[in-house]
Amino acid sequence: MSGHDGQSRDAYRILQDWLKSAPPHLLEHRREEAELFFRRVGITFAVYGNTEAEERLIPFDIIPRILSGKEWKRLSQGLEQRVKALNLFLKDIYGPREILRAGIIPPELVYLNPYYRPQMHGLSLNSDIYVQVAGIDIVRVDDQDFYVLEDNLRTPSGVSYMLENREVMMRLFPELVGMQRIRPIENYIDELLGTLKSVAPASSPWDPTVVLLTPGSLNSAYYEHSFLADRMGVELVEGRDLFVRDEMVYMRTTEGPKRVDVIYSRIDDDFLDPLVFRPDSALGVPGLIAAYRAGNVAIANAPGTGVADDKAMYSYVPDIVRFYMGEEPILKNVPTWRCREREALSYVLDNLHELVVKEVNGSGGYGMLVGPHASAEAREHFKARILANPDNYIAQPTLALSTSPIFTEKGLAPRHVDLRPFVLTGRDGVRLVPGGLTRVALTEGSLVVNSSQGGGTKDTWVLSE
Amino acid sequence: MLSRDADSLYWLSRYVERAENTARILDVAYRMASMPISYNGVETNEWESALVTAGGIDQFRAVHGDATPENVIEFLAFSEANPSSIQSSFDTARQNARSVRSALTSEMWEAINSAWLDLRRYRSKKINVEDLPRFLNLVKEASLRYDGSAMRTMLRNDAYWFSRLGVYIERADNTARVLDVKYHVLLPQDAAVGGGIDYYQWAAILRSVSALVSYQWVYHQNLRPWLVADLLILREEMPRSLAACYAFLSRHLDDISHRYGTSGAAQRQARATHARLANQNIEDIFQHGLHEFLQDFLAENNRLGQAITNQYLC
Repeated sequence: MSGHDGQSRDAYRILQDWLKSAPPHLLEHRREEAELFFRRVGITFAVYGNTEAEERLIPFDIIPRILSGKEWKRLSQGLEQRVKALNLFLKDIYGPREILRAGIIPPELVYLNPYYRPQMHGLSLNSDIYVQVAGIDIVRVDDQDFYVLEDNLRTPSGVSYMLENREVMMRLFPELVGMQRIRPIENYIDELLGTLKSVAPASSPWDPTVVLLTPGSLNSAYYEHSFLADRMGVELVEGRDLFVRDEMVYMRTTEGPKRVDVIYSRIDDDFLDPLVFRPDSALGVPGLIAAYRAGNVAIANAPGTGVADDKAMYSYVPDIVRFYMGEEPILKNVPTWRCREREALSYVLDNLHELVVKEVNGSGGYGMLVGPHASAEAREHFKARILANPDNYIAQPTLALSTSPIFTEKGLAPRHVDLRPFVLTGRDGVRLVPGGLTRVALTEGSLVVNSSQGGGTKDTWVLSE
Repeated sequence: MLSRDADSLYWLSRYVERAENTARILDVAYRMASMPISYNGVETNEWESALVTAGGIDQFRAVHGDATPENVIEFLAFSEANPSSIQSSFDTARQNARSVRSALTSEMWEAINSAWLDLRRYRSKKINVEDLPRFLNLVKEASLRYDGSAMRTMLRNDAYWFSRLGVYIERADNTARVLDVKYHVLLPQDAAVGGGIDYYQWAAILRSVSALVSYQWVYHQNLRPWLVADLLILREEMPRSLAACYAFLSRHLDDISHRYGTSGAAQRQARATHARLANQNIEDIFQHGLHEFLQDFLAENNRLGQAITNQYLC
């Protein structure tokens, strides 16, 4: 809430005044109501390997995180620029590969990348869009700058929490919400459906049939899948609901087979089509990729986008922006040492105590070392892992992340936060609703905000200017 | 709609209905067991009869020995080994509800989810006979809430119709079973139908389907076995009767076929059964043999379930 100069940011002033005048027990009471709401509606996520708490609530904090209109404007411009560049990059990688020829990116980083899909090479997407839905994780370290922490380009999740968090705030704090001019986010659903329809194959009918493909109800993000399908009014399908005949995709319905034009896929590439990717997968649809190659169905996000969102490629994104956009990147990258490079490696090994080290393909906060918080023993252990396979690791400084107040048993207290805005890209352009999912580390001093590691969420308010 | 979603809706409704039916069966057993033993000189075990009615006697025997109040309640209400126990039914119902959430209204989902959460609290503590009525009430109320929210909030489209089909197939099955089991219990081999039947047994049948008062309104007579059978088999104004279930089944199957513009085996079969029930009288049924009639009906009802599955759900 406070900037480095100790003054509270303007955007927070109304909230602060309101909090001061709120009766003492009101907040605690509202917090309980919020939890009841999430429990009753069943907004849960599943935790793998934890049968005891098969379904868990993500802790919700009732104090909103607020961004001014000016901050959002700069942020959204930066996001649009970055996602446009990433889409051009993917088109290039699976096409002429000019960026490799220009020597900007080491080719092995592409070809040896586990998410690179040679099957996508030379495939012309009729929309030229690879990433329809991107979730870009952002942190800020001071009043001026936003840093991108991570690009999520495969199946970014969390948008249902963004929408439900707003819903619950409007129910619980109508008076507070009414005092601010908060820009609405409810149109996200419309924008998502519009984006998906815009990339339908040219042969599709005027109103193309969109479906959302889920791995099923055991998936950790299943709540989100069913939420989005429901709000968009499209079928939530599993692989077994679809089949391919003559390179066309159909779903099994009570009225017989029905043609599918656009698949919003929330399953990993590996599981899409057992004929092309993992043969042991029962989640996918045999023949799907053939139908895709024939141009009879669109898949969002396109298979193979993961090559652009791994943590090693991340460090090249500023160069990617410069190369394709001919502009300086608006959003900064967190400085990153690639352990694959000899100098960087020795720097990382010498400075483990002040760095965060991550696996190149890790996610969910697993497989990482937070140097300043780790024991000497843990650091030694991690050092051995890095040395065994340096290519698999990158390191970043622990930033002095900005904090946002949360409501605790002892009153308001600062915690570290990040923000995941969702960027939609269709054939007709980029769409971005003002806001995103704010994740918050609930443990004092912790930098880890992932829900699988016990992090929570809060509503994000972007104020109109 | 997706066949898998229609299938989930259909089975979701069946399992909620089944849980309610099992609760009603347990309720009757509880009432009967609290009456003086050997009321009419015939020793009966109401708890065992509850198992037969619920169609679980063989499975029960494989796990337990004799039917005592405790182990029958455990088996029918809570056992995970029994896929039709009330708990298992709600587990399956919720699983189906989760997989088809986008076709449910939020009230329906909340009815299922909060019932499931409430029931889980009972699982952890051993229930005794005194607690039973409160538990059974909870189950019946959960089913009422689910059914009521479906009636009040669902669009009248195929999702609604498939979920209603599940209710009526399951309900018809249950009513026929209740009658069939009591038929055996009540009729000594050599007794003529209608002679010397214990009033309380027949009253229990009616109570199990909430029809004791309705009986009086329809017939204005003392309880007579063939009228009880008439009410539960042929009277369309009685919502749990076989005739009423088939009136709804054939209407909703027709709704679906109008909407889709084609009809098939399921429609033909439901209409035929409905017509037969509408044209029969109870004397003929007794002449033919009530038990045989009910057995035939149960098989036919199963076939309709299969026909619906073949035509729409797979």
